[in-house]
Amino acid sequence: MSEEAKTRKLVVPGERLPDEVELKEPYVVEVEGARVATVMGVLDLHGEKPSFIPLQTVYVPKPGDVVIGMIQSIGVMNWQVDINSPYVAVLNAQDFLGRPYNPLTDDLSQYLNIGDYVKAKVVAFDRSRSPILTVQDKGLGKITEGKIVEIQAAKIPRVIGKKRSMISMLQEELGCDIFAAVNGRIHIKCADSERESILVLAIKMIEREAHTVGLTARVQEYIQELKKVKGVE
Amino acid sequence: MAKATDVKLIDEFGRRHDGRLPEEMRPVSMRINVLDNADGSALVEFGRTRVLAAVYGPREPVQRFMILPDRALLRVRYHMAPFSTAERKSPAPSRREIELSKVIREAFEDIILVKYFPRTAIDIFIEVLQADGGTRTAAVTAASLALANAGIPMKALVAGIAVGKIEGVLVLDVDEVEDGVGEADMPVAAAPDIGKITLFQLNGVLTKEEVEKGLDMALEAIKKLVELEKQTLVEEYVTTEEV
Repeated sequence: MSEEAKTRKLVVPGERLPDEVELKEPYVVEVEGARVATVMGVLDLHGEKPSFIPLQTVYVPKPGDVVIGMIQSIGVMNWQVDINSPYVAVLNAQDFLGRPYNPLTDDLSQYLNIGDYVKAKVVAFDRSRSPILTVQDKGLGKITEGKIVEIQAAKIPRVIGKKRSMISMLQEELGCDIFAAVNGRIHIKCADSERESILVLAIKMIEREAHTVGLTARVQEYIQELKKVKGVE
Repeated sequence: MAKATDVKLIDEFGRRHDGRLPEEMRPVSMRINVLDNADGSALVEFGRTRVLAAVYGPREPVQRFMILPDRALLRVRYHMAPFSTAERKSPAPSRREIELSKVIREAFEDIILVKYFPRTAIDIFIEVLQADGGTRTAAVTAASLALANAGIPMKALVAGIAVGKIEGVLVLDVDEVEDGVGEADMPVAAAPDIGKITLFQLNGVLTKEEVEKGLDMALEAIKKLVELEKQTLVEEYVTTEEV
């Protein structure tokens, strides 16, 4: 067992955490004066201050989040977008088209149909109404190429890694464009389908083993092995 | 049919009809992640009692009128499969099942952090696959594991066990036979990590002292059950690699 592994501990719901662990509601809460974990997670005693990393989270939208949404249904003036959250988001037609929209002359399914993916930013969400999305920013809009990989939202930080170490390694090894959205969906764009399938397998491996130590190195090894097997340079 | 007085449920050595001592539980087994389509699931066995729990959510409730503006809606369905008992049980929800659904829901209302997910619903489906006494406490235990497996924030893990009285002796974890002829049955569920009792019922008559002693027995057993729940959850994550 490595030094780092000794300082990491699996924690179950209801377990007391050291008082120095920061509150992270609803995953670290205060119950009768004590810090308590409310989901499965890893207590990291490495570093200056102990921290708690939840292994399971529910994606709750925050204004400013860039998410990947899937069109769930089409309304009269808007699309209802599944953003992998308990809350279904709304994308207004006027916002998407960037011009006034008239439902009598225009058909929304021509622009975005059910099952299409969009990259969008959450502009407003106050828990009393549905989250509102916008695509009026650089790099946002309908996703027309590449693939979407869906993983648990809690594992996204691991796919990115400390100081982007994991995602940079993936990009270097396979030369793909990777965008990991906070709501657990990852948009990948690779030169060929071989690289794409290797990347999907690697992402799934990260999701499965997110709580283990030395993962970046193991994923790199795994990718190199797959590259050899599939004959990818 | 045998009358209560005809049946000897505790022998001269103080052993029960299945060989257990009064303070002994039936063999307990717990498994999680048993269903692919649920967000979280668990299968719990107390001897021959076998209960499956599936948890979904937080998710958008289909019936919009049920939405609560300040917290998540918790729904529990306790159901006994038609094949779970010796004689076929009608699959329609009975009065007893509706009551147990409510009691089990109340056992979790103060445990699940519903206030963080307003306007959503959390569903707990409990299916009794085989009934041999103590199904409600097994159901609470299975639901607690399934909730943890689904990643729904909760203050603590909950487990349940029943204490009964047969032939004047307090016994832990009563089964169907003991429940049928015993003098009292007292199911208890608690969250030992935060020191809270979340379910407490009593069917029959017990003295104040007996209730106190029975409660101590139940809480002691619940501590062990919660430890087993923790072990079950951790084992699911420990792969060949160290944590």
